[in-house]
Amino acid sequence: MVIGVGNADRGDDAAGLIAVRRVRQCAPGVRTIERSGDIVGLLEKWEGEERVILIDATCSGAAPGTVHRLNAHEAPVPFLGFRGSTHSWGVGEAVELARVLGRLPARLVVYGIEGASFTEGDELSPAVASAVEEVVRRVTNEVNGHA
Amino acid sequence: MSGSTRTIKVDYLARVEGEGALYVKIRDDRVVDVKLKIFEPPRFFEAFLRGRHCTEAPDITARICGICPVAYQMSSVHAIEDALGVRVEGQLRELRRLLYCGEWIESHALHVYMLHAPDFLGYEDAIRMAKEHGPVVQRGLELKKIGNQIVTLVGGREIHPINVRVGGFYRVPTRQEMRGLAQALRAARDLALQTVTWVSGFTFPEFEQEYEFVALRHPAEYPFNEGRLVSSAGLDMAVQDYETRFTEEHVAHSNALHSKLAGRDAYFVGPLARYNLSFDRLSPVAREAAASAGLGRKCLNPFKSIIVRAVELVYACDEALRIAENYEPPELPSVNVAFRAGTGHGCTEAPRGILYHRYRLDDAGTIVEAKIVPPTSQNQRQIEEDLRRFVQNYVSLPKEEMTWKCEQAVRNYDPCISCATHFLKLELDRS
Repeated sequence: MVIGVGNADRGDDAAGLIAVRRVRQCAPGVRTIERSGDIVGLLEKWEGEERVILIDATCSGAAPGTVHRLNAHEAPVPFLGFRGSTHSWGVGEAVELARVLGRLPARLVVYGIEGASFTEGDELSPAVASAVEEVVRRVTNEVNGHA
Repeated sequence: MSGSTRTIKVDYLARVEGEGALYVKIRDDRVVDVKLKIFEPPRFFEAFLRGRHCTEAPDITARICGICPVAYQMSSVHAIEDALGVRVEGQLRELRRLLYCGEWIESHALHVYMLHAPDFLGYEDAIRMAKEHGPVVQRGLELKKIGNQIVTLVGGREIHPINVRVGGFYRVPTRQEMRGLAQALRAARDLALQTVTWVSGFTFPEFEQEYEFVALRHPAEYPFNEGRLVSSAGLDMAVQDYETRFTEEHVAHSNALHSKLAGRDAYFVGPLARYNLSFDRLSPVAREAAASAGLGRKCLNPFKSIIVRAVELVYACDEALRIAENYEPPELPSVNVAFRAGTGHGCTEAPRGILYHRYRLDDAGTIVEAKIVPPTSQNQRQIEEDLRRFVQNYVSLPKEEMTWKCEQAVRNYDPCISCATHFLKLELDRS
């Protein structure tokens, strides 16, 4: 299962959603999900799944378009800390909650695409658009068993 | 390849949707200034709606928030139906209440279990709490899942539902689908009752304030989609008159607009307001749950809103069950709608409080003007007031502990920041 997370209306935050739509075209047999809210609900979505790949935008200070690949079973997925509002839950919180509750899929890989701008209404920035293509290629290879 | 990532330090991986901060200024052990900064895309959606056909509004506004999309859909369809002179009655109206129950269950379960409970049990967050209270957290997730089930069945999908239309729905559930839901709801109501028992055992700070609560009030129902706007200070008016008394103003420190009541100041919307103003409209099961939790008809402590949310969880499960058990599929999924020029108003009870929409349409039904006032911008001034009074008790604490106290006061409200901030960052000014 491949899950893309993001907000379609917030510039580079759409990267995960756009990537998963492209994966759907490139690997038609794969189950895909787009998620733009209620990230905790991912725990239900991947229930019973052996292999899950998550794609999300990141904001870590790296160069825009940088692709991060994290194996959730090798190291914790960083999160902001869960502070003022339920609305701020992200992939990191969902993965770490699942780990504590024993609800992680047997294999879980997170692809992060470093964003440049998260302005409402913007298109993907060029560096991110090419990173999306790279991620689609790598994810398609992974699900086809070439990686 | 740029992705051999083990050496790359990623500070966080999340949906980045803006930034927020909390500013507290203390001088000689007195809190002199508090600002909750919420950087909300100013009026992006209002602008986005202009020029679109009114039938698109429910789907467009659902995208404003990933936690409370139903609220945006409901306020928008009711406002547009008001402009078009359309009334949605009978089973279609019941289905809308059911859909709203689903969203309250999802949202309240998330708030109670994932955000608020860790404060009272002394954990930094739900993940740390889950390490020691796994079965309890699983119960919260189970409850939330049943909320998702309702939204999926009635709304067409779990997030940003697509089945709501001006005049009704695109498709209505079958009797059989509803029977399955009823079964799940009986289990959910038990989980909600257990939730009330659980949270009522917490210890709460002594912090009662004289709030002006504002909520919808309906002659017979606990409010979701309909009612008059009333307040604990005697306000009683039609939704259509909202803008004559409630005003929004821009404040320099936040690009979210702050709402205030003309001639008064901050007011309080959300579960605590509904409970205080419509306790008598709760179902008997929910009222009994409140009594067993030691809540009276009034509750003035915002920290106890966790109990009130749990009581509303019971109500939402109970009400959803009532609707599911009495369901008769309507003959048509929607009523006829004819377009005409006009202005319509809608106000519904989002999980976090009243959500007001106004639309002006031309004679083809195209949106000429849209106005949306979310509950969080109405509570923002009240959150700052609470902070000012609450933080004063803790001015001598070290920064980290004080930050924690401030955040707790904010978490009482669970501000809707999906279209605004991502996290809170405290700046302390101890000059």
